[in-house]
Order: sequence, then structure tokens, then C-alpha cells
Amino acid sequence: MPVMTIREAIRQALREEMQRDRRVFIMGEDVGAYGGTYAVTRGLYEEFGEERVRDTPIAESAIVGVALGAALGGLRPVAEIMTINFVLLALDQIVNHAAKMSYMFGGQFKVPLVIRVPAGWGQLAATHSQTFEVYFAYVPGLKVVYPGTPYDAKGMLKAALRDEDPVIYIEHTALYPVRGEVPEGDYVVPIGKSEIKRVGRDCTIVTYGRMLQASLQAAEQLAREGIEVEVVDLRTLRPLDMEPVYESIAKTHRALVVTEEWRSFGVGAEVAARIQEHAFDELDAPVMRLGSREVPHPYNKHHERAVLPWPEDVVKAVKLLLR
Amino acid sequence: MSGRGKGSAAKAAAPAAALDVATKLSFYRQMVLIRRFEELARIAYQQGKIAGFLHLYIGEEAVAVGAIATLRPEDHLLTHYRDHGHAIARGLDPRVLMAELYGKVTGCSRGRGGSMHFASREHNFWGGHAIVGGHLPMAVGLGFAARYLGEPRVVMAIFGDAATDIGEFYEALNMAALWKTPVVFLCENNLYGMGVAIEKASAVTEVYKKACMANIPAERIDGMDVLAVYEAAARAVEWARAGNGPYFLEALCYRFQGHSVADPELYRTKEEVEQWKQRDPIQRFRRHLIEVEGIPEAQLDAIHEEVEREMEEVMRFAEESPDPPLEELYDFIYANPVGDWRGDERFLRLWDQSSGS
Repeated sequence: MPVMTIREAIRQALREEMQRDRRVFIMGEDVGAYGGTYAVTRGLYEEFGEERVRDTPIAESAIVGVALGAALGGLRPVAEIMTINFVLLALDQIVNHAAKMSYMFGGQFKVPLVIRVPAGWGQLAATHSQTFEVYFAYVPGLKVVYPGTPYDAKGMLKAALRDEDPVIYIEHTALYPVRGEVPEGDYVVPIGKSEIKRVGRDCTIVTYGRMLQASLQAAEQLAREGIEVEVVDLRTLRPLDMEPVYESIAKTHRALVVTEEWRSFGVGAEVAARIQEHAFDELDAPVMRLGSREVPHPYNKHHERAVLPWPEDVVKAVKLLLR
Repeated sequence: MSGRGKGSAAKAAAPAAALDVATKLSFYRQMVLIRRFEELARIAYQQGKIAGFLHLYIGEEAVAVGAIATLRPEDHLLTHYRDHGHAIARGLDPRVLMAELYGKVTGCSRGRGGSMHFASREHNFWGGHAIVGGHLPMAVGLGFAARYLGEPRVVMAIFGDAATDIGEFYEALNMAALWKTPVVFLCENNLYGMGVAIEKASAVTEVYKKACMANIPAERIDGMDVLAVYEAAARAVEWARAGNGPYFLEALCYRFQGHSVADPELYRTKEEVEQWKQRDPIQRFRRHLIEVEGIPEAQLDAIHEEVEREMEEVMRFAEESPDPPLEELYDFIYANPVGDWRGDERFLRLWDQSSGS
């Protein structure tokens, strides 16, 4: 089976869907001639031309709003917002418009819109390093996906592009170079289904995105010490599929929720609350949550490192939980 | 009217003088229907049968009727929250509109949207939108899709003067011009953003001049004159349909009622309102029909009576329609619901199965 990076897997999904369906087009800041801020769309401008790979002004609200209108008008737009931090400027279009068009008008309108949003950090300081997936996961009417492997990145983007609802597709920039197997040929990974990425018996880790990779690394190290953790990858944050989590906890009786967001009020809080509501009797210990330190993200590299959760933090958390 | 922008570039397409009498009478009927629809909605609101916000369009009817008459069925229409007049002018059944105000399942949005959110897919009427300026990028996107697909559609986006102060307005005009989308931007300048006078909100009070930031041809027209609106809108639509890109119209108009029915109108004088009422678009057009077209008064009175009878049926329909069934509560959150889309199905099952005792 071919091995490729997440960056390549996303690009492959875009290329194949654009070949398959002329209604699919890309619009965003520097997606065209520049080749994509993170080189995800590189080559597509040359292959499909400026009509289908469209550079836009730096105007996030218009990028999402125009894409939304194009979706209503019969196209299947992919709107790329350069980073998740800039999505704040388009929240009105996403929350007040894209998420409401179907429900508020009694089901008359469909919004087959994909918004691709790179997230991450890298000594970029407080306004360029934030973790905001919860802002979207909070909103009924949106679907929010956050793949953590090349296989899922390709299959979930294809699912998103064939869906009839607005999908926020989040890509972690630190994951772009992560490599993994991606089969030849067409496939989709369904939206709204979590997956067990590693089987274990001692503890359940619930996670997604970059922290999936960090958790899998931690699981390797713990295995060498004789601790077998099970890793559940949420992959979709709305709708959230908790059933594999409950099943796993019925086996391990311990749960650690690992996210990169600020620990309070986030996706992790929701996951922990649901475990408490629906798997309380299975728990041998309180649910533990690991996230980022609650400070505006610092520039200095030692401080940045101290803020974020790393594989060794996951190892430490599991050991605390098993104590 | 006063100014004309760099534009008035559109060539005359259908001069109002060429309109036949039947068309003019249909304009009159629509304006009267909008007026009566809203007067009766106001009463129902005061009786507590309609809730939420009720923004009345009374006084501005000439803009909706004159402008929307220039559109073809396949053209797209979007507007703001003061949307009753636009929906009626677009040909939506007033019964389903009143039912929407009543929150009934027979409403155009199944009782989901209320006064500010009329829409009809069938009429390519993509909604009243209640976030000021928020629908303008969407209009550009609809125009782009039409161009991309090679469809000869035009988009008309209607908004108030206050929308021209918000960022999305500039983003949308810029993109519309850059991508040469067939969008007619129609600003209803009624001189107030809620209760703030335009001089207090906008450094540029001749709103059409703002379109120059995107090199969009623009002009100001008399929004109290249905024929003037029709003529200008016909030129603008023609301009956009011919592939010239967007066009901008500022229709100077005035709302005779408060911002909403709840508005005590502390910010403007009775004299100012009375002065504008002298230019009532319905009375003015009535005089035109009598004096220029030679229509007998009795024929116009008959239109009023006909509208009155139609409105009786409209009110009856709204009153008698059922509420949406509670089982519909979760419908249409998604066109394609997948997985645990209602949000924690386990809790919902537990809750729904329990009597609570």
C-alpha cells in the first residue's frame, strides 16, 4: 500500500474530487499561484486553472460567505481559511449563516460547503497558535472533523466533499509531514464515527488530531513498561460518536481525555462529562483530562513547549490515572 | 434625484414609460397588498398573535415592487430582515407569509424563521437575513455560481443604509467587482439605522458614493416613486445580465412606522414623518394612474376591495393553520443527518422515556 504524508493525502483527495466533479472548486488566500500557505494545494492551480483554484483577498468573512452562496447556487466549494485563528473573522458567516440556512428556512436550502482550516503553532505567539475546534463543535448545523492520520485525512475530506451540510475540516500543521498508508483508489471515511486506533486493556485514551499521534507514541512507550492503553480516535467532533468510548471503558475502567485545547470548557470537558453520565458505573477512577496550560500562547520556545501537551505528558497522565 | 455616480452606465432597457397599463395596475395592487398585509400584521402583533420582532416596511413599498418586477423567475433575490414587502413582490403567497408570522407549520419557513426569515426556494428567494450585511457575501457567491455554471441569472441583494457601514459590505462589493459577478446591490436608504440617523452613523451620507471603493457604477434614485425604481433597476439588471459585473443603486426612501412595532420613535420628529408621508408612494402612484393613465378612481378602489377580501382569506389561513408538530423539532438541522447528530442520543432516550415521577 502506498505511504504518504497527511499533506499529500489531503491534496490527493482534493485532486480526485476535482477530477470527479466539476462543481468542486477551491477558494482562499494564496491557494493558487503561491501554492497554498502550507503547500497543501501545490500543483492544483497549474492542473485545474485559476477558475477552479481561486485566490481571494484577505477577507475571511467574504471567503466563507461567497463560498456559502456558491454552495447554495449549486457548486461544491472548498473554502480555505489560512489558519484557524483567522476564522474568528468569519464566525458570523459560519455560525449565523452556514449553520442556519437549512434549519431556519424549514429545510428548503442545502449547504454543501467544506471549510478547510489549518490549526497549530510553532513559535507564532498568541494570535497565531490557538485551538478553536470547540467553537464549531458547539454549533448544531455544523459538522466538524479533525483527522489524525493520512488515511482518515483523505477519506474524511472525500466524505466532506460529498456531504450536503457545512463541514469544518481541521488540519493540524504539525501533522502535515506525518506519514501513513493510504490505499489506491476511491474510498470515504464516514463522518460521525470514532475509531479505536490501538487496542489495550489498562486505560482508555480518548483523543483526536495531533494528540492522537502523541497518544500513540505514548502508548508505545507505556507498552514497553507493560502498560497497555487503548486509544480511541474521535475524528469527528460533531456529531460526536461516544459509543466506542463507552465500550472501551467497560473493558479498561479508566479514561484519560487528551486534547490540545485549553483544558476548561472544551471538547475534553464535553467528553469527560458524557463518560461520567453514561459510563459512571464502569469507572474505577475519576476521568482525567490533559490539555494545554491556560495562558495566551507564548513565543519563547521553552515557554511554548511548557504550554503544550507532549507524549511524555500523556505517559505521566496514564501513570497518575493507574496509580 | 440628486446625484449620479460614475455609473448610470447601464443602457436603458425597459423605460417605465413603455410599461402597459395592466403592469402598472399590478404594481399598484402589490403595493396596496404589502401595505394592508403589514397593517393587519401590526394588529395581530398587538393582539399577541405574532411575537418576536416585527419590522414594518410601510412607506417603502415602491422599492420592493419596482425593483423586483425587473427580475426573471430564475434570478436570485436576497434581502434583509424587513422582508415582508420583498417576499410579496417576489410572488410568494401572502397566506404562507402571514402563517410564518404566526409561527405556523404552513409558513414559508415552517414556522422556523418568523418575520425576519421569509424564504422560498421555489421563487429563488434566498431569505430575509437578520444579521445586518451578512447576506451580501452570499449574494456574491450565488452570482459567482451562476457565472461558473454558465447560467444567465442575475442576483439582486437588498439591504439598508446601515449595512453600508459594516465590514462585510466592503468585502462583498470588492469580491463582486473582482470576480465580475452579476449582482445588483440595492440599498434602501431610509435614513435611519434603527434609531440612529445616517449623519450620526456614516461619514458618507450619499450612500451610492460608497460603491466607488470597488469601481462599481452607482446611482441614487427616488425610492418613493415606483416607476423611477423600476426604470433604474431594469437598467441595473440588464447591465449585470450582459456580463458587465455588479451595479449599485441607492433608493432614497422612508419608513412611516417605527423600526419595529416596539419602537417609541424618540429619535425623529412627527413633523419629519408627516413631511415624508406627503410623498406616500401609494398615493403618489395613484395620482399618476388617475392623472396620466386616466384610470377611473372606482377601478382603483376596486383593487383595494379585492385586496381586502384577499387579506381576509390570508388572516383566516394563518389563524386556522396548525402549529408545527413537536416531532419536527430536530428536522432539517442537517440535510444529511449522520451518527449521533441530535447530540447525546443516550441522554435523549433516557429523558424521553422517563415520566419524571
